Amino acid sequence: MSLKDLFIKKQKYATIKSSVIKKIAEEKPNIPSGMWKKCDKCNTMIYSEDLEISKYVCTTCGYHFRLNAKQRINIFLDKNTFKELWKELKTTNPLKFEGYEEKLKSEKTTSTEAVVTGIGQLKGITVACAFMDSFFMMGSMGTVVGEKITRLIEYATENKLPVIIFTASGGARMQEGIFSLMQMAKVSAALAKHDEAGFLYITILTDPTTGGVTASFAMEGDIILSEPNALIGFAGRRVIKNTIKEELPDDFQTAEFLLPKGFVDAIVERKNMRACIYRILILHGVKNNG
Amino acid sequence: MDREFIKTKVTPWESVEIARHKDRSTGKYYIETIFKDFIEFHGDRSFGDDKAVIGGIAALDDISVTVVAITKGSNTSENIERNFGMPNPEGYRKALRLMKQAEKFKRPVICFIDTPGAFPGLGAEERGQGQAIANNLFELSRLKTPIISVLTGEGGSGGALALAVADKVYMLEHSIYSILSPEGFASILWKDGSRAKEAAKVMKITAQDLKDFNIIDNIIKEPRGGAHKNPAKTAEEIKKILLDSLKELRVKDLNTLVEDRYNKFRKVGSYNL
Repeated sequence: MSLKDLFIKKQKYATIKSSVIKKIAEEKPNIPSGMWKKCDKCNTMIYSEDLEISKYVCTTCGYHFRLNAKQRINIFLDKNTFKELWKELKTTNPLKFEGYEEKLKSEKTTSTEAVVTGIGQLKGITVACAFMDSFFMMGSMGTVVGEKITRLIEYATENKLPVIIFTASGGARMQEGIFSLMQMAKVSAALAKHDEAGFLYITILTDPTTGGVTASFAMEGDIILSEPNALIGFAGRRVIKNTIKEELPDDFQTAEFLLPKGFVDAIVERKNMRACIYRILILHGVKNNG
Repeated sequence: MDREFIKTKVTPWESVEIARHKDRSTGKYYIETIFKDFIEFHGDRSFGDDKAVIGGIAALDDISVTVVAITKGSNTSENIERNFGMPNPEGYRKALRLMKQAEKFKRPVICFIDTPGAFPGLGAEERGQGQAIANNLFELSRLKTPIISVLTGEGGSGGALALAVADKVYMLEHSIYSILSPEGFASILWKDGSRAKEAAKVMKITAQDLKDFNIIDNIIKEPRGGAHKNPAKTAEEIKKILLDSLKELRVKDLNTLVEDRYNKFRKVGSYNL
């Protein structure tokens, strides 16, 4: 060893070749996205698979997550029995409202409109059902929503079927103006005929059910059930507060608030919904025809 | 043509202003002017009597009818008493009670509508505002007696529709009928309530718009400058159209009447396959 070797300049930092850096950057951490979901109410992190098993109910506090129509169908009906009807209906933008068509196209959910309608089976019993999807323009009711639900009810009347509707809606579809309003009358009239024919209509109010949907078919069921903690009301909380200039109770416009007021037959947890409705159908003499 | 009725061209926002004009005749005025022997019946038989809704029986010339009106007041104190024409659930329930009574006694029903909308209040929610309106829509759609509705001022949302599931729906020339107030619409869609004028145009809420959409049956002309310029003349025009409609509706078989009413609302929509 020469003297020179003793004074060799050492590099202060370890260096990594740029090609290696690139490689590391490309390797994503091996955690699938959406593996954990945070409960909106108690902030507990829940493992996605557990959440699916619990039917999207928080395993800690019992909070019922909002569901899209597809999840609702999977949970509620017998596996692979649902046949969607009138999926192809599309609005024609009657007011020629600017930006409305683009807005419809940009909606990112599995549903093609704010309601999915069709025929399916519940423990072998054929039912006509509608599943509103609050992930599609807040579940708002325009002419397509009104038309699909009306066709479903007319189909049920003709085929002597019970109607089951899961409501979830922010109210009327503003972009369709007066046409949206008229859907309330149209659907109600179809339900009156179904009623006249003596068939059963059950509504299940889910979070949120408000405005024109509350003021029409949500409240017209022979039997009105609700999921726990669902927001249910006619006017918006903020509008009411600004009008009456008073503080509102914390539980105002929830299922638990409406039950003692007499507007909901029963609050049923999601995990018991299938069994509860099956029992209601059987007690109404609806036959297993599957 | 009567000079009084020379059509005045107004913008949608001007229609809103005329529809809300403080001197615009109230439902109470039309009832008192158009009918004879009006007897007011109060209450919903369950909770109370809502002053935003007036109802009772009367004679239209020689025809016994049931009359129901959602009405504002003609001055401030009456407006407060009538809650500015915003009914609570008991108002809608009173209206339905009187209409069911009309059905039993085979009287036609005449409705007058002038409301910014159903009242958004704590008590209204507790007593089921949504349920009350829903039940009216449901029952009116199959009520076995002729129903005629006239929108005289504001036709605000579900609160107006609850009395407008009728065989004939008419609008005074400068009345409006909408999903929401233009202010509310602008605030929801554009986050700016001050763009109400623009909203009034986009929303298509005038009598002419609704006639073009086939959502109403006809427009009742107003005297030049608006109904408030000559209320008696306006009342006369309304009476004429009521008598004409009753002539047509009263001879109809009741099942046909209800079926026609169903089809009238059934066809409202705008969609493609």
